Amino acid sequence: MKFKSLIITLLASSIFLTIILCIWKILATLQGLSFTNLNFNLNLLLSLGLVITFIFIGKKFNHILKIFILSLSFTILYTFLNENSPMWFSVGIFLLILFFTNKLKKYDLKYLNQDFISEKIVFEFLSLFAIVFFALVILFPFYIMFVTSLKTQTALLINPIDLSIDFSKNIFEILKSYFVIFKTYDFGRYILTSSYVSVGTVLITLLFAIPAAYAVARLNFFGKTFLSTSILIIYMFPAIVLVIPLYTVFSQLGLRNSVEGLLIVYTATTLPVAIYMLQGYFKSIPKEIEEAGLIDGQNWFGIIIKIIIPLSLPAIASVSLYVFMIAWNEFLFSLMFLDNPKTFTLSRAINHLTGDAETPRQYLMAGSVVVTLPILLIFIYFEKYLVSGLTAGSVKG
Amino acid sequence: MSTTLSKIEKRTAYTLLLPAVCLVFAIILFPIFANVWISFKEVGLKDIRIPEPRAKKIVKNIQDSNSELKIIYKLRNSSLIQDIREVRFLDKLPKNVEPVNLDKRCKFKSQKIKCFFGNWEAGYRENFEIFVKDVNNNAINNNDIKSYNPNLNGKSNNILLTTDFTLKNFKKVFMNNNFFELLTTTFYFTFFGTLGAILLGIFAAQLVNQKFYGRTFMRSILLFPYVGPVVALAYTWTLLLDPNSGTINSLLVHYGVIEKPINLLGQKYLIINILGFELKLRLALTTVIFFEIWRYFPLAFLFILARLQAIPRDLYEAADVDGAGPFRKFFYITLPQITAILSILFMIRFIWNFNKFEDIFLLTGGASGTLTLPISVYQQGFAISNIGMGSAVSIVIVLLLITFMIIYFKLIGKKVNEI
Repeated sequence: MKFKSLIITLLASSIFLTIILCIWKILATLQGLSFTNLNFNLNLLLSLGLVITFIFIGKKFNHILKIFILSLSFTILYTFLNENSPMWFSVGIFLLILFFTNKLKKYDLKYLNQDFISEKIVFEFLSLFAIVFFALVILFPFYIMFVTSLKTQTALLINPIDLSIDFSKNIFEILKSYFVIFKTYDFGRYILTSSYVSVGTVLITLLFAIPAAYAVARLNFFGKTFLSTSILIIYMFPAIVLVIPLYTVFSQLGLRNSVEGLLIVYTATTLPVAIYMLQGYFKSIPKEIEEAGLIDGQNWFGIIIKIIIPLSLPAIASVSLYVFMIAWNEFLFSLMFLDNPKTFTLSRAINHLTGDAETPRQYLMAGSVVVTLPILLIFIYFEKYLVSGLTAGSVKG
Repeated sequence: MSTTLSKIEKRTAYTLLLPAVCLVFAIILFPIFANVWISFKEVGLKDIRIPEPRAKKIVKNIQDSNSELKIIYKLRNSSLIQDIREVRFLDKLPKNVEPVNLDKRCKFKSQKIKCFFGNWEAGYRENFEIFVKDVNNNAINNNDIKSYNPNLNGKSNNILLTTDFTLKNFKKVFMNNNFFELLTTTFYFTFFGTLGAILLGIFAAQLVNQKFYGRTFMRSILLFPYVGPVVALAYTWTLLLDPNSGTINSLLVHYGVIEKPINLLGQKYLIINILGFELKLRLALTTVIFFEIWRYFPLAFLFILARLQAIPRDLYEAADVDGAGPFRKFFYITLPQITAILSILFMIRFIWNFNKFEDIFLLTGGASGTLTLPISVYQQGFAISNIGMGSAVSIVIVLLLITFMIIYFKLIGKKVNEI
């Protein structure tokens, strides 16, 4: 019998369960339940009791039956101790315990007698905790963004921690903020401008980058090494040092407040990375294919159109998505160049909304959802391409 | 034969490169050099508007007469600070319409009125009137006359193109008492932002490199903060951290963790008492650094994960045979394998965090001790409207960047040899 590993298991698992229970309680508070105390010590004791019972019962019962009975009795006890908790809260507790006890499946006294087991156990619960931690830290702001857009300013000012959605209202009232930003604040136009700018940037960037990348990857010319190192160096220079000269020149040329001006700047700032990413891929295409094309009487133009582009579609997709993401999310230049609401992009429009302190926050968050949702959906759908684009281009940030 | 082929190859290469190079030169390289020029000048935001002669045309009927009209041009110099020299004016009249008693400064020839107004000082205004009459005493259509727009041009000095230079901007930048604080704030932000993002990235990559249910889903979620638009995310965090009605402060107060809400983004210092020692924590700066870490650790994660997946499995199998636990495996196998990528990552992220503008700007606007060099460029150039100063700060950024890059390429060169 190894007491050290037994105690470590008990502590690690019950602390983990306590933290999970507390998180669930906090999330429930945000749905309008009025807990005033987390009862950390009580939770820890309960969890400890649960784990001890679990380990000492061992494998005498059928596993599924065991976890069901344990979870149910724990839930009943827990609900009894936390009075006035509604049904869904208890169901959540039940599911959490079910998941937790299922994780404990292989732990019995025999398993804990193995060598070096305690470090492994701590590590296991640490990773479980890390998964919960990362998921929470990342998704929480997105959740808040969405939920706030469905609330009203007054409700939020009265009770900022009650984020529950009132389903007794009809759907139009719940989604009112979205109707308002599209009608009053003209977000439909901004979506169009943003899409136009982003897609335009992608197309122009590709038009310029593909030939240039081909030249860097394949052809021999004077100054080639100089050019390929300077691509990376140029890429390191930030937008903020370009902003003042570009602002002055664009003001004098009348290119400010125009979508074309933005297109030019976005294209130029994404070109270096696009060339860098594409030339890397072009180099991996076997030269023999092109030579065959040359013998068939193709010129350089024909080779690029008929051989290089069809063969490097995955790389082109990565570059396109990456450039699209940069253009869609870009803020600095749109802030500097656009003053006229008629030419606003989405990012600039949301910034403009905050300029007026009177704007209710649900409109601001509805706007944020509108600008975030498309790029997240594109990311989820094309994740493979975008991830490879990010890895190749992530010298930029 | 071969020489001509290589000539053709060269020529093709240059043609293919030309558009991209021109664009990058015009939009990226030219501004960097233009900064040097502007930083030696005293230029404000208002100076960069070129003064223009302008005219507003108003057509008025004269009582009792259909065949006569009065045209009033409201002339002005658009600039309140600069003169315009040699202003010229041109307008057209419809057929058979002629001016009567034309001003001395003007001439009428083939239905065109040409005037030479000479010099207009700053803020010049004049109501310039012309009476016109139909030659055949027919009624004149007002809209016919209005359909022509007067054309004006003149010469003016463009402050940006003169050759008066001054060192004032740089003196102001370096002699400013806050310059040292500006540098240290930038350094703190950059260093801790980078370090935190990489540590969290290692942690996340180590996590996702294990096998568990929902692993691919987890990998997508981890990239959300980086993929989402900075505007939306920054405002969401501002709302979350708001001292009056932000969710996080309210929750902490609700559960009795803190007594009063903390203004995490608006308070410069937080004084912590540890064992009688008073520690001053840069609160707003710390919050901004945490946002930075939150937003950019996904990139570190992506890089490190790619490297982790390339570590040969048998190393870990050997460690298993030796009975090494997960922590030892990490410190003795994983960490040595990823140091190279970590150092590259650190340097790249360091440069990019050093340049970061949007995040701080949207969260605090550079207030409460979060003023970094990039924010300073914006404040000088656009909030205080001193373009010259803004450029001078830009030059400081560029010089520091070049220093970082030299260090970077020296170290990376060595690293590449080691691998």
